[in-house]
Parts: sequence; structure tokens; C-alpha cells
Amino acid sequence: MKIHEYQAKEILRKYGVATPRGIPCFSVDEAVKAARELGGKVWVVKAQIHAGGRGKGGGVKVAKSEGEVREWSGKILGMMLKTHQTGPEGQKVRRLLVEEGADIRKELYVGMVVDRGTQRVALMVSSEGGMDIEEVAAHTPEKIHTVFIDPGTGLKDTEADSLAAKIGVPPASVPQARATFKGLYQAFGETDCSLAEINPLILTGDGKVVALDAKINFDDNAGFRHPEWQQLRDLDEEDPAEVEASKYDLNYIQLDGNIGCLVNGAGLAMATMDITKLYGGSPANFLDVGGGATTEKVTEAFKIMLRIPHLKAILVNIFGGIMKCDVIAAGVVAAARQVSLRVPLVVRLEGTNVDLGKKILADSGLPIISASNMADAGKKVVAAAGGAPKKAKPKSKARAKTRVKKKATRKPMKRKAAKKKGRR
Amino acid sequence: MSILIDKNTRVMTQGITGKTGQFHTKMGKEYANGRNCYVAGVNPKKPGESYEGIPIFATVKEAKQQTGANVSVIYVPPPFAAAAIDEAVEADLDLVICITEGIPVRDMIRTKYKMQGKRTKLIGPNCPGLITPDEIKIGIMPGHIHKKGRIGVVSRSGTLTYEAVGQLMELGLGQSSCVGIGGDPVNGMKHIEVLKLFNDDPQTDAVIMVGEIGGSDEENAARWVKANMRKPVVGFIAGVTAPPGKRMGHAGAIISGGKGTAQEKLAVMEECGIKTTKNPGEMGKLLKSVLK
Repeated sequence: MKIHEYQAKEILRKYGVATPRGIPCFSVDEAVKAARELGGKVWVVKAQIHAGGRGKGGGVKVAKSEGEVREWSGKILGMMLKTHQTGPEGQKVRRLLVEEGADIRKELYVGMVVDRGTQRVALMVSSEGGMDIEEVAAHTPEKIHTVFIDPGTGLKDTEADSLAAKIGVPPASVPQARATFKGLYQAFGETDCSLAEINPLILTGDGKVVALDAKINFDDNAGFRHPEWQQLRDLDEEDPAEVEASKYDLNYIQLDGNIGCLVNGAGLAMATMDITKLYGGSPANFLDVGGGATTEKVTEAFKIMLRIPHLKAILVNIFGGIMKCDVIAAGVVAAARQVSLRVPLVVRLEGTNVDLGKKILADSGLPIISASNMADAGKKVVAAAGGAPKKAKPKSKARAKTRVKKKATRKPMKRKAAKKKGRR
Repeated sequence: MSILIDKNTRVMTQGITGKTGQFHTKMGKEYANGRNCYVAGVNPKKPGESYEGIPIFATVKEAKQQTGANVSVIYVPPPFAAAAIDEAVEADLDLVICITEGIPVRDMIRTKYKMQGKRTKLIGPNCPGLITPDEIKIGIMPGHIHKKGRIGVVSRSGTLTYEAVGQLMELGLGQSSCVGIGGDPVNGMKHIEVLKLFNDDPQTDAVIMVGEIGGSDEENAARWVKANMRKPVVGFIAGVTAPPGKRMGHAGAIISGGKGTAQEKLAVMEECGIKTTKNPGEMGKLLKSVLK
């Protein structure tokens, strides 16, 4: 889970990390009032969206008068802020952070993540603050210094001091840098972060160490012991389809293709996306319905996918282990009846009670295209969605083959479907 | 032979009184030699009771002393699961298999730290468990899709493992053991450790290694294979189409900072002599193609 910069700073302050004084605002008037309250002569107006790269996109501006605070706030609030993390349409700015200006002498980088190799928390620092750290890692990796923190001792003073010295913190400021690193580590653990980043951490003209920006992601698994996260969550920043899916405990990620995928298990769900791509299609989403999918869950999943305007087909790929195929088949049939299914539906079932499941699908009278295995499912759903782009030769061959098959399987179903329509 | 578990393994279930723990203990007991294998359950609040004829003890230590169980499987809910692993490690079991999904990473870091210097092996968390077909099944995989044979399977995913097994079965290839190591970033045994065991298992002829995006475990395993493996290994990596920065269901399945992509993993595996496929529908065929 992601939170805003101002929320991350609030957390870090509790752990002794110095930040500029600032006030979150939701309107231009609030921003002007905040500037007045903060006092001073220079303010920074910062767009609050979850994506990074806000400065480059024009979402961070320095104001040297109340009038400028008003002007910049007015321009930034409501803008569609485009950064390398938002996608081409950008993200609407609904919140601002107005902060006092800072006297920047040097910009540093501090980041904390869980390192899988050592299975410890890694503290990474660099003298190259204010830049994209991935760029630094790619071009000048020697400028990044890392400590893998011993969970038994925590971050040691000697480690913190040595890191500070390596990135050019002057001796007089080392104690403050140490307090910042240790505070960050404590915050990381106690608030269950999966990522915490201060970029830049600055040295001010008078030698202070201050977090000018802050980013925190939480470990979703720890939500059960953090009821306060509910208040920190900003649904406006999340994909509406993903928010809807999370209500039903569905693991859903929106993509930009046109083939909807409904799968049990995360690995198989990814592999299903991969196989649609392999046969020339493009997945519209990642969706793991989990081990305990009910009719309700499957129905909601269908509804969410059907909201995608450019959706061309849906592929259901289930390898029933614990989840029995007959249960999922009944769920698919019930869901398909409840929603008006405007696109072809390809279903591949395997595993526990597979024959029973297939019978339920066949008896339903719904125009379901049944697939015998994963490759077959991939080919059929791509064909149903209108096929692969023409240039790929082996792919189009595969498509031609499936078309014949598809017709054969579809015929009797079509008749039944027509009957059903007539009844309505 | 097989790896990690066989018909002589004696299992206790931690979390035997919960719905999931009960269901899968029953399924495990009904599978092959399960009646002899499942000997104990643990619940601190219900010692002296029993489930399906399996006695319940207050602690792992007691269950081990009373029944000789050397392996534990954990179905305890996420808030308490890491502590359950700690208890099993403290009791000096041979192997702990943690099925529980959703354990906070902080808890797992602490647990792994406590495991340093201990001999207990850990599989999972967030995994389907493991099976030695026609002998013993510990975990949530459907037993009936498997058959005894000579192919090893190691995977980070649950249903994708079943998929690989299903494809092997279509080609008439049984399995020596199938190990689901789980989808969490901080976990027990990695691909490399399982491959080492398959390498030394005289009843395994070849191995399917199924990976997914995130981390560099597959790359590490591939390099080890190049230097040490005496048996053919084939591989598939899920997530070629996964966008960066998004957690694809599993906490560990995320491309971060441009690292951990499927393309990168596949390239390293190929370099190391592991045949790979980009088609998840052809894992079985690929394996068959490398058999002598």
C-alpha cells in the first residue's frame, strides 16, 4: 500500500527524522492560509500524488510571495500531473503540501528495502540525491553504499556513521545523519514498511540534516495489525477496478489489453497472461480468484472485467486443486447469466471434478468455448478476441486451426442460446 | 528415494483445529501412506483432544516426544504463523512446511534470523507444500493428479505447479517429488537448495523448475546448475507480461527497479544450459525432449 509524501513525513517525524514544517491542503485558500501560518518568505507548493517524478512533471513549485502560493496552488490543484510513473493520461492532483522553503547545500539519497538475498533490511545511501536512484545504480553503482542490517542488533552507530561519512556528510552533521538512519530503520520495522525512501535528504546551509521528500510503501500482509492504515489510504490514487476488486478479496491488476483473464493462483494467472500474449493477444488484467472462489466472487470478477470498454474476450483458466471444477463451473454459469456477457467466453478446466465441471458448462446452454488445455485456451481466446496481428506466421496458422475447431464446438451451443433468447 | 519426505515421514499439523488445517490433514491422511504418516496435531488450547483419530498436543515439543513426528505442516493464521515456525525450529524438527499465506515480511525476517545455526529446514510460507507421489502428501495440492515417477518439480507457485504436473502426466511422466517453495520474498528453501537435493536423489532423472518474476533466486539456481547439476533441468518463468512495480498476487512477484524480469531470468537460465520455454503450455513437452 502506498501513502502520500505528507503522510510519510508525519510518520518519520515521530521517529526523530527532521523534515521541513508543512501543512497538507485541499484547496487554494487552505494553501494560502498554510503559507501564512508557516511564515517566512519562501514556500514550496508540492502536488501530492502517489507517483514519483512530480517535480519534473511540474507538480512542485517554489513560491516567493503569498500571491505566488495562490497562483501555483491554483495551477497544480486539479491538474493532470504526468510523470514517468503515472502513465500517459497522468494523475489528477487533489491534495497539496505547502512547506517552508529550505536552504539546500547538498542533496543525498537514503532508501530502505527488504533484501531477498540476505533476507534482511537493506539501508542504501548515496551522495547522488535528488536523482532517480535507478539511474545512479545503472551508471555509477559505486556511488551507492549499502548495509544489510542485522535483525538482532539493529543498525549500529558505527555502520550509520560510516555510511554518513561515505556520502560526504561533514563530521559536525554525522550525529544527525545517524539519528535519521536509525529513525528510518525503526519506522521501517514498527510501521511494517516494504519500502521507505528519503530522496533527497538534504544538508542545509547551517549543517542540518533534513528529509526534503519522503516515500513509504507498506507491506500489505501486515494490514491486520495497522487499523490506522484505513485513514491513510487514498482511494482516488488507486485504480477504480482494483479498488472494487479488493472489496471482494480478489487479487486484481488492470492492464491495457483486451482479453480478460480469470484464474486461480497467482503463478498460473501470470502464466495465463503470458500465453495470451504468446499467441498474439493482449491481457486486459491479472486476476487471481484465490483458492476459495465462490459464485459471488466469480460474478464480481466478471462484472469488473466487463467494465473494460475495449474488452474483446474472457479466458477462464482453472486448475482445480482444492477448488473443485464443478464449483467453479457453477460459478461461471451463474455469473454469465447474471451479467450480460457481451464478449466470447473461453473456459479451460482441469483438476478435481473436471468432468462434472465440463458437464455443467455444456448443459448450461451458454455459448461457452471450451478449451482442452492451456495452449488450446490461449489460441482460442486470441482467436475469439479477433485474432493476432497478421505478420506473425506461425501464430496465424494456429489461429486458422482453432477457428475450425471453434465452429464445431460452437454450433450446438448457438442453437441453445438462441432458444434462450427467444424465451426472454 | 525421493527428496525431503517419504512414506516414513511422521507429520504433525500446527493449526489442526482450524478449518483449513482440518481439511488438509484429512486429505493428507487419506492419501497413500497418510494413515501412518499423520501422527499428531498441535493446539495450545486443546491438548488431549483429537481430530480424525489424530491426538492433539499443547506444544510442538510434546507432539514430537510423544509421537516421534519429525516434520510439521503449518496452517496457523498469518498473525501467529511466524511464531509457529519458531516453535517448530526450537523443537528441532527436521522440516517445517508453512502453507499460511500473508505473513508480514517483518515477522519472517525475525524468524529467519532465529533459524540461523539451526538444522531445521523450512519450506514456504505461502506455498502449496510438497508431495512424494504414492507415498505422502503434505500440503494443499490435489493428490490424484500425481503419480510416482522420476521427474522432480520445484516451483514458486501453487496452481502453476499443478499445471506442470498435469502436463507431465499427459505424457505419462510421473514425479519423484514436487516441491512448492512459495511466493514470498523472505522464505525458507530456495530453488537452488531443492535442486541440490534432486541432484543427489538417485530416483530423479530430470527437473522442471518453475519460477516467476521478482528477486534473483532463479538466476542463482541457474548458475549453480551450470557448475554442478548432473541432470537435465528445464524451466519456465511466469510474468513476461507483468508490468513493473505491481505486486502480482504473490508478495515476492514484483519487478522493482528494473530487476527481476522474466526476460532476464530466462536469459540467464539459457546461458547456464537450462532449456526454457516461453509457453506455459509446453513445460511437459520441453522436459520430455531433454530425457535420454
